[in-house]
Amino acid sequence: MNIDVVGLVWLVPGIPLAAAIVNGLFGRRWLHRATGVIASVALGLSAVLGVAIFFAVVAAGHVARTVTLYEWIGAGDFHVNVAALVDPLSATMVAVVTVVSFLIHVFSNGYMEHDPGIHRFFTWLPLFVFLMLTLVLADNYLLMFVGWEGVGLCSYLLIGFWFERPAPYTAANKAFWMNRIGDWGFTIGTILTFLTFGSLTFHDVFPKVAGVAQTQPLTITFIALAFFLGATGKSAQLPLYSWLPDAMEGPTPVSALIHAATMVTAGVYLVARSTPLFAVAGPALLVVAIIGAVTALFAATIALVQVDIKRVLAYSTVSQLGYMFLACGVGAPIAAVFHLATHAFFKALLFLGSGSVIHATEEQDMRRMGGLRRKMPITYWTFLLAGGALAAIPPLAGFWSKDEIVGAAFTNGQPILWAVGVGTGLLTAFYTTRMIYLTFHGEPRDHHLYDHAHESPAVMTVPLLLLCVGAVFAGLVLGFPPEAGFIHRFLEGTVTAEAAAQSELPNYVLIAGLAATAVVAGLIGIAIGYAMYARRRPDPAAVSRAVGPIYTLLWNKYFVDELYDHRILEGGRALFGAAWAFDAHIIDGIVDRLAWLVSLLGSGLRRVQTGIVGNYALSIAAGLLILIVVYGGYATGVLHR
Amino acid sequence: MTLVPLPAFIAVSATLFFIGVAGVLVRRNAVVILMSVELMLNATNLAFVAFSRRLAVAGERGSVFVVFVFVVAAAEVAVGLAIILAAYRNRPTVDVDQLDEMKG
Repeated sequence: MNIDVVGLVWLVPGIPLAAAIVNGLFGRRWLHRATGVIASVALGLSAVLGVAIFFAVVAAGHVARTVTLYEWIGAGDFHVNVAALVDPLSATMVAVVTVVSFLIHVFSNGYMEHDPGIHRFFTWLPLFVFLMLTLVLADNYLLMFVGWEGVGLCSYLLIGFWFERPAPYTAANKAFWMNRIGDWGFTIGTILTFLTFGSLTFHDVFPKVAGVAQTQPLTITFIALAFFLGATGKSAQLPLYSWLPDAMEGPTPVSALIHAATMVTAGVYLVARSTPLFAVAGPALLVVAIIGAVTALFAATIALVQVDIKRVLAYSTVSQLGYMFLACGVGAPIAAVFHLATHAFFKALLFLGSGSVIHATEEQDMRRMGGLRRKMPITYWTFLLAGGALAAIPPLAGFWSKDEIVGAAFTNGQPILWAVGVGTGLLTAFYTTRMIYLTFHGEPRDHHLYDHAHESPAVMTVPLLLLCVGAVFAGLVLGFPPEAGFIHRFLEGTVTAEAAAQSELPNYVLIAGLAATAVVAGLIGIAIGYAMYARRRPDPAAVSRAVGPIYTLLWNKYFVDELYDHRILEGGRALFGAAWAFDAHIIDGIVDRLAWLVSLLGSGLRRVQTGIVGNYALSIAAGLLILIVVYGGYATGVLHR
Repeated sequence: MTLVPLPAFIAVSATLFFIGVAGVLVRRNAVVILMSVELMLNATNLAFVAFSRRLAVAGERGSVFVVFVFVVAAAEVAVGLAIILAAYRNRPTVDVDQLDEMKG
């Protein structure tokens, strides 16, 4: 058997698209809940193929193969193909995206079981996967942009899935708008790339980068920053992060798939994919690192006081994405992709676990939960392990990847960013502990809710268990030993600017020291969380009173939404109002006047149409006479040309 | 026997034609207007035949157009009379000045 699996790569996004089309056309009238089965089977096939491609690329070593489907645009010098670039980076992404998507689709069969809009759900979710895979596999910036916009659209549709209620559609609008700002950056970046390099295809652009950086360093920096603006929108970084917490209004599997595991990592993928560009982009890389670190810390502090279980996870996602950008910024894109992969597993698991809790209790406020571990043992244990991975407890997945990022910040000469990373790690451990204690431990605070809680059905718990395997072992399998694990050897040369950057053995003493520091910080965070929420010493309420103003600030999320609303949006509204007035009075005014003039002319000309045949005959005769006179004039030479 | 000169034919033709034009313009009875149009058509027929007879280089092929004009005139009369009849049924008059529903 010798099948060219890589050549079949177009089937990986193709199968989910087919499922989306079938469900979209026939779901509402005939298929109903069967849409879930169709979508899950399609995603299962896609995942099998995705993993097969991953292993094919692993077996082939450092391949970068372009599988062209057809030429999309060919105009003069401008050529864009619909083509898939299969290399270690995209193969890793494809494997992660398809596997996590498959498990979340299966989970959704249970979670969305009773929803009347289930056919809509299972139309948009596979459509999202199709577009996400388009984004990941694209071999040029323009096709990537198609996927980029497409996942934004699906995100909008799925956040606003329960559009009957005001909160979801407001959140959907907010997400769309904030993403538009970022997409504008992506557009500018794409246009500038074409103008500078004359191509949009990755393997045309990247070899030229070093040469252009010599002559036009500012252009390169600007392109990198424009792409990074796109990344901040999609990956919810400062200052465009605030749509992601609101996006939690969507169904929980959507939060798990789109707003934790896949779509929000598109920005990281973009930066990792463009590493050759960013590597020579001068100060742009530092901007990426600083934004990443600040976002990580900023979001983690907000997560400390959230009471909605999904919002804690949302801010945690923003924070973890910050880590990934920090990694890209300090020149460790491999660590970023590594963390992206492990995060996809453990954060999807955390979200699905919270979904399981919400499914059982129909409550998202952690203050009304408590003691649920006795009712939901599988959910509890998987959630606990995923929480451990999030808090970077060795040997769980998150430890290996996060530690590598924080370590890279130190070894690459950014001790301040390293300190921020370690501090964020402490906060992460604290809020994770707090979340687990409030939800699963202690005495039930709402007995009605507790009595009705039940473990979720197997269709939901089995995906939890499978994701748990990833959350526990992914770090060990991919990233051990540190700095030289499988994923490093695999991605070396694809993501890093120069392949042989690290030929000497990593300094294990330094790595161990840094890791120990990070682990100790995490343990301190857990200890504080345990002391406050299990022992009530100090009592959380007393602490929040003691640090009153800070607590108010965190509780109100630094008033960023208010700032955007009152300062920026109001300015925007004034501008929009002026634009509207210009449109209504000047543009429409001109058009109205023109129409008035035409109608005036028409009512004048109306009189010509008397309806009396004689008048028409007379005008015909007059015309004839004029013709005869003119012709006669020319013929006899009286008139000259 | 001397030939009647060509301009004589053209003069008759032109006279007939302008009598027709005058009829179309001044008469109000639709049937008479139609008759005047026939007069104009036959005036042109006369001119065609005369030119064909006197100026043709090889054969009198120009006369063929007279046949065309006959056919068109017959069709036109048929349609014209049908319209007049329809208008008369609608309103019992054939005075075109009173048929002014198309007034803008």
